[in-house]
Amino acid sequence: MIKERDEMSRTTIIPFGPQHPAFLEPLNLSLKLSEETVIGAEINYGYNHRGLEKALTSDFRRSIYMCERVCGICSFFHSTAYCQSLESLFQVQVPERARYIRTIMMESQRLTSHLLALGHTAEAIGFESLFMQLFRERESIMRMVNDISGNRVHYSMNAIGGVRRDISAQQRSDIVSRMDGLEVRFEELAKIFEKDPTIRARTVGKGVLTPEIARSYGVVGPVARASGIAQDLRETYCQGLSFRPVVREEGDAYARSMVRVEEILRSIDLIRQTASELPGGALNIPFRGRPTGETFTRLEAPRGELLYYVRAKGTTDLERIKIKTPAFVNVAALSAMVPGCEMADIPVITVSVDPCICCTER
Amino acid sequence: MNGRREARSPWILHFDTGSCNGCDIEIWALLTPKYDVERFGMMNKGNPKHADILLVTGPVTKKCASRLKNLYEQMPDPKLVVACGDCASTGAPFVGCYNTCGGVDSVIPVDVYVPGCACRPEVLIDGVVMAVDKWREITGASSEGARS
Repeated sequence: MIKERDEMSRTTIIPFGPQHPAFLEPLNLSLKLSEETVIGAEINYGYNHRGLEKALTSDFRRSIYMCERVCGICSFFHSTAYCQSLESLFQVQVPERARYIRTIMMESQRLTSHLLALGHTAEAIGFESLFMQLFRERESIMRMVNDISGNRVHYSMNAIGGVRRDISAQQRSDIVSRMDGLEVRFEELAKIFEKDPTIRARTVGKGVLTPEIARSYGVVGPVARASGIAQDLRETYCQGLSFRPVVREEGDAYARSMVRVEEILRSIDLIRQTASELPGGALNIPFRGRPTGETFTRLEAPRGELLYYVRAKGTTDLERIKIKTPAFVNVAALSAMVPGCEMADIPVITVSVDPCICCTER
Repeated sequence: MNGRREARSPWILHFDTGSCNGCDIEIWALLTPKYDVERFGMMNKGNPKHADILLVTGPVTKKCASRLKNLYEQMPDPKLVVACGDCASTGAPFVGCYNTCGGVDSVIPVDVYVPGCACRPEVLIDGVVMAVDKWREITGASSEGARS
């Protein structure tokens, strides 16, 4: 704890992290406090930087394995974005069935990610029983993806040109019945999030991000949608399915949680639609040769827009991969959210942006 | 502190040294109704000064190495370290990445290695139960007494 004498009052700088009970991952906030009120925050990155952008350039076939290890919470989005980049370099059109299977897996992962974020919020508030209930529902999705892909975290389902595993008719009906059960149980939990006085007292009006500031920081995903910015890349990706983004206007921690609550219900609906309308056909299209050229790919990950830039020069190793992850911009916006809040609100506000440090720092 | 030691219930500290989060969310799954490791007498706590068992996930990045060492030194003796997952055990698949030092044992001594990428909760339970047994052996507590 460092104390320095200001002109007007005494300010204290308190380090928050890198190891802190409220954080799953190492992130350091240097909070500047005047009494109990936070007047500024400095975010320190780099604890989780492994150098994956360099590692991903080694062999374009092996990188499908490696890019899932960028992030364990949104692993399938990373491998899908990577495979889509290489598909556009090879000019391969992914079969319709593979595109639907990818959608099912992506939306399942979005469910696990949003349930994790909501559970984490409940835990930060101190609402232990809600945390346990949300994680019980999350576990049923984990079991479902384990049945489909054989893995709980890194699905290893993607291939350049399609997917590697099929979803059988039996599994399709299993997915639909699981989604029906989850919807009923989750609607009960959604009511707690919406109406519970403890949650409202801890989240309403905390960490407000106005639409103007949100735009200036370039935030994406649920954080942007909670501040009234209606952007969701799934509108273009999910063609042929009924989908519209969830938008709220308040911009506080409560709105961010409620956007995730609503999105869980939308994702359940999307999975049910895709599983019941799964078209027939091939699982993947073979490709030949080595990649040449450069390409951008955008995808709506659970935390917002994920961007992959790939440049290749016709060899086995790629020349450059640049990943811009959604958490990178969202975590930066924390420095605009925390001034004026109480020290005790820091965990709730930090968790409400759903920081993913392994994505951010790669 | 002594009362808890007599109760033979080790407390756990979790630290992420550069993991992809895959093992971290499985550690969280351990705390929840399906797996519930609290039935073995262990609790997850955020304070190194109260912790007996350190769960480490991820290859150790260069920036985290000194922090990991610092945390380990703050824990009171006797203490055990569990390396959760392939990258914490050996550094793979991040071997050769310019900003990693390798597995956890390149920085602090490790007692139990848990395999898997990401390690499954069932294997993690095996790992932490092994660590609890070792810890009870060191502290001289009988495991029968603790489980009854």
